[in-house]
Amino acid sequence: MSNWDKFLDSFFNARVAAEYLPKIIDGFWLTILLAACVIATGLLAGLVLAVLRAMGIRPLNWLIIFTVDLFRALPPLVIIVLIFFGLPGLGLEFSGFAAAWIALSLVLMAFAEEIYWAGITSVPKGQWEASRSLGLPFLVTFLLVIMPQAIRLVIPPLTNRTIAITKGTALASVVAVPDILGAAQAGVSFSFNPTPLTLGAAAYLLLFLPVEILGRWVETRFAWKR
Amino acid sequence: MNDFLEAFFSWEILSEAWPILLDGLGQTLLLSAIVIPLGAVGGLTLALLSTAKSRWVRWPLIAYVDVFRALPPLVLLVFVYAGLPFAGLEVSAIGAVAIGFFLNTGAYYGEIFRAGLESVPAGQAEAARALGLKRPQIMALIVLPQAVRNVLPDLVSNTLEVVKLTSIASVVAMPELLFQARQAQSVTYNATPIMAAAVAYFILLWPVVRLLSRLENKQLASRR
Repeated sequence: MSNWDKFLDSFFNARVAAEYLPKIIDGFWLTILLAACVIATGLLAGLVLAVLRAMGIRPLNWLIIFTVDLFRALPPLVIIVLIFFGLPGLGLEFSGFAAAWIALSLVLMAFAEEIYWAGITSVPKGQWEASRSLGLPFLVTFLLVIMPQAIRLVIPPLTNRTIAITKGTALASVVAVPDILGAAQAGVSFSFNPTPLTLGAAAYLLLFLPVEILGRWVETRFAWKR
Repeated sequence: MNDFLEAFFSWEILSEAWPILLDGLGQTLLLSAIVIPLGAVGGLTLALLSTAKSRWVRWPLIAYVDVFRALPPLVLLVFVYAGLPFAGLEVSAIGAVAIGFFLNTGAYYGEIFRAGLESVPAGQAEAARALGLKRPQIMALIVLPQAVRNVLPDLVSNTLEVVKLTSIASVVAMPELLFQARQAQSVTYNATPIMAAAVAYFILLWPVVRLLSRLENKQLASRR
């Protein structure tokens, strides 16, 4: 067998590929589910924090800033491991999926709050004062007056950050979640052939290449004209 | 409350585990000192190459950057570490980390440097040419310094992400901070070592996060 054949047999082995493709496809949907959960809770929690911060209650704001700094400084894998291996010591058992969901949501929440906040502070103060003096309540002012003006500034960095954190779903494989990477690694150790990893890499490209290109498009579409 | 302290902040466990945690912290710093310059130089090279006029140079570079940005870093790392031996290439854990990080963070740094180079008005290079400067001089002395200044917050932010990302080296048994903490945790059945590692990461990186916040606010203010 020539070297080239050996290479093909290792990385593009049709028999192994056929055997483990269903597992990788299951992993593909699990990765998408985890990503969707993280995006939904992370972006929402970040928005809630930003609204609370806009209310301008001093001690609360310090707490929010500290929380945001904390989850921007900690590596996501450390948070996942802490939740998965640490919290059972308090009698709180989480599945790997839940641990990854909570951890990545906290990280996205922190980054999203920071970005929302930057957008909010970019809107001139007069906008707040004018709409408050017209008698609009705080939340209405926030959602109908401030946010629409802030959103243009917010969307490109928020998209990029969300994409980057969504890629962190692969970390869930460390706590035994059979997502794409988890399924691929299991496949490699059962078949003693790296083809499942090739399939896994292809699945990630299928998932994230379009997303990556979307991110690039969003960046030019909403580019800040100087 | 006592249960909580016992589970996460046990003095007894910490006093036993701290030497190996300190060792892990050293490895994390060393690893960062290797992969940050590697990625930054790789990225700068990519960005400089992508200033080429020929699309036969630019398009493959864009494809390269897109592919390695689309693959999660952990996937790349596992592929290099667990996959390459099947191709007859044994790589050590640190070798796998270096290759994986070079491919991933190089692509990210490349994208940032490229944006930076594009942000410098063409007039700067033209003026420098008119003054008789050579091409390498123009790039090194005129364009690059301005480019770096324009994307400084992104560079700092990416560097912070790279340091955090070194924690995934624990997956391929590099004895860095998270790996050592996990070892200590699995021996003692107590989460204190992991908590201590988290605290170490936070103390190490909090100043960077603060700095970044200020840089980002300044950048935003200048765009208003």
